[in-house]
Formats: sequence, C-alpha cells, structure tokens
Amino acid sequence: MLAHKLNALAGRVKTEPVSRRGFLLSAAATSAGLAIGYRPLAGLAATEPSKQGGDLAAYIAISEDNSVTIYSSQFDMGQGSYHGIATLVLEELGADWSQVKVEGASGNVTHYGNVMWGGGFQGSGGSTSMASSWDRYRKAGAAARMMLVEAAAQAWNVPASEITVSRGVIAHGASGKSAGFGSFAKAASNLTIPDTIALKDPAEWTEIGNPDLKRFDRVGKTNGEQDFTIDVKLPGMLTAVMIHPPKFGATVASFDADKAKALKGITDVVAIDRGVAVVATDMWSALKGRDLVAVTWDESTAETRGSAQIMAEYHAVATKIPTAIARTDGDPEAAFASAAKVLVATYEFPYLAHAAMEPLNAAVQMNADGDLEIWGGHQMPDLYQQMAAKTAGLDPSKVRMHIMKTGGGFGRRATPDADVILEAMNIGKAIGWKAPVKVQWTRENDTRGGRYRPAYVHRMRAGIDADGKLVAWDNHIVGQSIVANTPFAGLIKDGVDATSVEGSSTLPYAIPNLGVGLTTTDVQVPVLWWRSVGSTHTAYATEMFLDEVIAEIGADQVQFRLDLLKGHPRHAGVLKLAAEKADWGKPLPEGHHWGVAVHESFHSYVAELAEVSVEDGEVIVHRVVAAVDVGTPINPDTIKAQVEGGVGFGLGSVLQEELTLTDGAVDQGNYDTYLPLRIDRMPKVEVHIVPSTERPTGIGEPGVPPIGPAIGNAVFRATGQRVRTLPFAKGFKTA
Amino acid sequence: MITLNLNGTEHQLDADADTPLLWAIRDHAGLTGTKFGCGLAQCGACTVHVDGEPVRSCQTFLGDIDGAKVTTIEGISGKIAETVQTVWAELDVPQCGYCQSGQIMSATALLAETPKPTNEDIDAAMSGNLCRCATYQRIRAAIHVAADRLEA
Repeated sequence: MLAHKLNALAGRVKTEPVSRRGFLLSAAATSAGLAIGYRPLAGLAATEPSKQGGDLAAYIAISEDNSVTIYSSQFDMGQGSYHGIATLVLEELGADWSQVKVEGASGNVTHYGNVMWGGGFQGSGGSTSMASSWDRYRKAGAAARMMLVEAAAQAWNVPASEITVSRGVIAHGASGKSAGFGSFAKAASNLTIPDTIALKDPAEWTEIGNPDLKRFDRVGKTNGEQDFTIDVKLPGMLTAVMIHPPKFGATVASFDADKAKALKGITDVVAIDRGVAVVATDMWSALKGRDLVAVTWDESTAETRGSAQIMAEYHAVATKIPTAIARTDGDPEAAFASAAKVLVATYEFPYLAHAAMEPLNAAVQMNADGDLEIWGGHQMPDLYQQMAAKTAGLDPSKVRMHIMKTGGGFGRRATPDADVILEAMNIGKAIGWKAPVKVQWTRENDTRGGRYRPAYVHRMRAGIDADGKLVAWDNHIVGQSIVANTPFAGLIKDGVDATSVEGSSTLPYAIPNLGVGLTTTDVQVPVLWWRSVGSTHTAYATEMFLDEVIAEIGADQVQFRLDLLKGHPRHAGVLKLAAEKADWGKPLPEGHHWGVAVHESFHSYVAELAEVSVEDGEVIVHRVVAAVDVGTPINPDTIKAQVEGGVGFGLGSVLQEELTLTDGAVDQGNYDTYLPLRIDRMPKVEVHIVPSTERPTGIGEPGVPPIGPAIGNAVFRATGQRVRTLPFAKGFKTA
Repeated sequence: MITLNLNGTEHQLDADADTPLLWAIRDHAGLTGTKFGCGLAQCGACTVHVDGEPVRSCQTFLGDIDGAKVTTIEGISGKIAETVQTVWAELDVPQCGYCQSGQIMSATALLAETPKPTNEDIDAAMSGNLCRCATYQRIRAAIHVAADRLEA
C-alpha cells in the first residue's frame, strides 16, 4: 500500500523553504492571541521519526489502487477532527470521499507539532485541531493535486492548465483523456514540489462549508466495525485489570494473591507503582481473580480530606486576599468603596469526572527484535512515546505508537503522567514481556482513578454606582492548578495558571474597574482539563453573577450585555443572532422563561438562550437556541453536532454530576451514582452559525460553557432562586 | 464447553456458566461490536438481542441463555434494523461511536415493539443507553425518521 505513495509530496511541501516560511508566519500570527499559550516543551521536541509516515509523505499517501490515505496529526475522540482534516485535503486535492481513509500519525514533530501551541509539540486540545491544520493540510492537498496534474500533462503531452481534477478523476477535456489518481501516483512522486502552491478561491469550495456533507467515518460507527483500544486483539494477548489505591497518594504495602492465582485463567498478579494488576487470559477471568486479591495499603501520605472539608477550606480562603493576580483594570477597591451598592456572591463547583464511555485502556507488545508497540487513545503521542521509552529503557525510536479511536475523551486521554499507558508498560515489564498485554479499567477504576475537573469556589463582587452603572467587578477563584507538577508547569506565570482563570480573566464586558485573583490550593486529588477547561466554571460564575447585576438594575438580559460588548463584535454578533432566532422580546408560554449566556473559549464565540420551566421542583429545559462564531465554518454539520452534544454534556454536569470524597476516598463508582445526562433530559437544540471568513477556530469544547449559566439565569426568572452551588441536584432548593 | 447460538451460528465456547454474555461474545466468540461501558447494566453499551428482546449482556450470564438466539450488532438484519442503521448514518448520529451499537440495538427493538413511538416512548426505551457525547437529539430524530420510513 505504501510502496507507491507520493512520497515526495507532503514532506517536501513542509520543507520547501518559501511555502514553509509563509506557513509558519501566518500560523504564528494566529497563535499569538490564544487563551492557552502552550509552547514547545524543552526536551520533547525533535524525536526520531516513527515508522508511520516518516519525513516523507507525512500528510498524504496515494496508492496505485487510487486510495488516498491521510495521516492526521490531530486525535479524533469523536469530535470529528479526522473528518475535518480530510475535508481540507479533499477540497484541494479533488479526491472522492470513497477513496479516502484517515490514520492517526505521530513521531514526527516537525510535521505534526500543533501549530497553535508553537509547533514543537504534537497534541490535540484546546479546540485547536482545525486551526492547526487549516494551512498545512490544504497545502498538502493542493501540492498533491498540482503534481498529479503535472504528471498527467507530461504523459498526455497537453498543457497542465487544461487538466481538471474532480471527484478522483484527472481529465483533459479536449482530448477526452482521463485517469484515476493511481495511474500517476508513481510518476508524480518523482516530480519536484511546485514553487508556489495556490489554494482554491473560497468561492470554488465544494467541501469546506458544505452543510450537506456527512462524516466519512459514520457507517463504521453504525455496524460495529469501528475499532477502539478495547477491541485490540493480538496473538496470545493477556488482559489485565487494576486494583488502585482507595485514596490518592496511598501505595501498596503488601498483597495476598494466592486464591486468585489458583483460579483458571489467571496468569500473574503483580504490584506496580500504581497498584496491583491481575493478569489473565480474558477479561472475565481477570475480574474474578481481582475479587480474590487482598491488598494492604500504606495510606501514610494519602489525601484523607473529604470534599466537604476541602470546599469549606476553599470558602474560607475565598474571602481573603488572592495569592496571585490575573488581571487588574482601573482601581477596583476604590470603585467598590465609592459604589452606591455592592453585590457579593459565592459560587461553588464540584469535582467532575470525564466518565467517557470507553473506560481507560492501553495495550503493549514487545517484539522479538526489541521494538515496542503501544495501542491507545494517544492524545499526546510523542510525550507518551518518550515516557514509555524511558520506562522500557529503550530509545524512543524503538517505540511505535498506534493511535486508536477512543470512546469519548473530553480531556481524559491527555494525561501529563501517561497514567494508563505506563500502567500497561509496567505490567508488561513485570511479567517479563512474555505476552502482549492490554490493561482495561472497569467503570469503577475510571470513576475513582483521578484526573478530575478541579473543584472551585468563586467569590464575586460587583459595584453599582448611583446611576445604576456597573463600575466595579472582582472575581477571586480558589482551586487546584491543572498544570502544576506536570511537564506543562512552565505555563504558570506570576503564580497564575491560565487554565484556572481563563474566561474570568478574559471577561469581555466594559467594566472600568475589574480585578481577577487566584488562590491555588494544595490538594492531592489529581486533576485535569475537562471539556472547555477553565470555562467550565468561569462562564457559570461570570454569566450568572452578571445576571445578578442585571436583575438588581432591572435591565434586559440581552441589551445590557450588548451595551457592555461594544468593543467585542464577535461576542455581540453571536448574542444578537441567538436572540433574533429565539424571537427575543416575544412572550413565551405561561411558566416558561429565557436565560441568556454568551462566552468565548479557545477563540470561538458562543451564545446560548435556554427556555426553561420549573414544574413540581424539577428544572425542565425545553429548548436551547445557540449561535456560534468559529471563523470560517469547515464542516457546518459537525459544528452543529458538537454544539448539540456540548449542550447535553454541559447540561448533565450542571444538573446532576458531582464527584465527592469521604475521608479521601471517592464516593461514586458507576453510572448509578455518577450521573451524565440521559436522553429523557435532553432539550431541543438549534444551532446557528455566524457566516465568517476569519481563520477557523474550534468547536469541540466551546458549546459547553454557556449552557449552565443560561439555565441558571432562566431558573432565577422562573423561581427567584440563584443556584450558586453546582450541581442543581445539590444547589437548587425545591422546598 | 457451552454452546451459544450467536448471530445464527452455533459456537462452542470454553467459558464458565457464570461468564457474562458480554465477555463471552467479546473474548470467547471474538465479536467486538458489543461494547463494555459499566458492567452493571447502567449504560446500555453492551445491549444485544436475546430471542429478539434487548438485554444488557454484561448482566446476562452464559448459563442462563439456555439455547436462546443471541444477536449482536454484527448480526442484526431485517427491514427495521437496516432502516435504523441507514437513517443513523444519514443523520450523522455518531460522534465517538462507542455507544452506538447499543443505541441501535435498543432502537431496533423499540421499533419492533412500537412502530410509531412518541418522544415519551423513546425516552422510556432509550434512557438506559448513555451517550457521553450526548447525541440524543439525533438519536431521537433518527428513530422518528426510521419509523416514518418503515410505515411508508
């Protein structure tokens, strides 16, 4: 398959000096203003090229059988990045969708480094996949098309300018000649890359922006064919299940596995640094064996606080002076001192689990030649490759990463400590690499395995002057840092982890005196980015508290925001569009109320209006009208799907998700106690896309943040109650 | 050895009677379209048909199957199943896709029992199937479209 790829194409597109320089310059201009300013990490760049792609054909391979394989730098966890990247390539290449497949690629940071993070580190996150791919994959597609055309022109002895490429057919109208890509794949690979790579005029786009285009990978997800890491099957493969410490920071003191080892199917029971692994020929044997292992834990250094105690400590800290300042405009304290009225409120956010449907897993195999292969949901493949290589005592070039589709990610597959991957590695090592092994977490492992959206408390103050104007705003955020003690700790600047404050520190409203402070707490509960990261809590705190000001003044929810968004046309644009589509100002059915929220995350702008009633103490969300501005819309239907899903994901967290701890142990285990949204509470969601020619931004995450405050603001109008403690199951008083 | 009638074929499985059908299907029979999500009949990712009825295979045990016919996503056929799968693709329902085998098994069983389901019928039949991507709006729409098409 790879033998006749256009091996000159993509690699030389990237190394050709003129186009490469232009590409990097434009990317830098875009990345300069990003909310999360990831940069290349020292020591992680420039690893050996892997066997996949290598320096040549980094992006596209075209076979003599006409198939087009696209190598994606971006991880697909369901958000559609493979489809988006394929859309960019196809638009310029002129291939037919039936020819195309997409494979995850890694081990070549020059080509796969995330442009939005500076290019020196491969990874997917912060809704950057389309922004990072916009130039490089279109250029790769265009270069491939130009070279195929040139090869055809030489073979047919006709001018290249007379040749067209469409739906996988290279054609010369005047002579009637036509051929598939495969006919010229080999000849094209011997040509030089064109000096100038011309991209299509947007007016000629047939794929980008096409609202009727469906995802190319949809059918395999309706017939059971789509494989995930859980489906990896290797000859002789063993299955391992984990017994993790009951409290974070505890370690194995001793264990007794005699009964388990006597069971049919159990091959090994081994202690590794993260707990005890029970290894068997199959999953059910492993699970039965696990029940028979008795582990004694050393909890001397474990976290033993419960979440109630942790939150009480946060509340106490929130009234004190922040330890770091994220933003100061004007003189907030002076403005509060002279304000006619000061509002104060405290908002509380629980720990949240990602709770993806596929419990975490990874598979490893040591080959006879000393090469190692790792299958998994590799959201940051080079980092995992490096860490696995270190664990195995191998050079990273000996470690091959197989990037599998994952049954939901939401941030959980981007773990700075490569948790489940190193578990698989350490189990493989402990059993002497005698067989390939897959570690498969149970749902309880997954819920209790750490890496949560941190719990936070926000203390909010607003000062209103005698004329009813909002003149002062203060927001003190208290909670754990996601990046502290990870390879990303360098992102903390002046004591501020941007992922703790984004959304609050970027508040767009024209308030003359504004302060945002942060107190980072020290808790051993492991935390992580969770779909939309800081905005999961900052959007709720800011948009709810702004609404408290609006209610105090007696202003209109939409107009008040628009008045304060004069310098922020894209925020205002989505709010206006959503309000227009919701017939803002027209009465709703008896008992129904609108709540409004607008929020930018990762440079995408989203407004959501939620139509809510409260009946017999139950919050019912009837309808959500969303408007989004993601720059140039690449896949409109995927954008809509991501906002629909983002609303459902966010709604579940706001209404009923909460992860709690008692004496340091997580209380929830399965989906009977940790409660994502089910279909019966899913509202009707309408998504409207602002037409735009700006550079594209992402939509995997930005649909999530506004739904919470939109609902909370509607509930206030329905009941007079401000829900300041999430989830509603805890904070909404029905009595 | 236990005999299992899976997708119309008799399989001799070297598995104990207490083995959940889910792991018998995945690890012993080698069909992986049926997914593990919770192990407690809380998420529906493992939904299969036993004599046409939707069951959670993680809480159904091999010893209790007793000669019944088990159908997985790989084996479903007939007008209802094919219509559901076709409409699922047309409406671009899946995102990550992990839960969708179970969703389709539940939806197919619903339409076999209730040809013109209301939203309430759909909520009742599908609430046992979690989708963490929250593709619920399209799942609901797809079931209605499939019902209309099957009636036509």
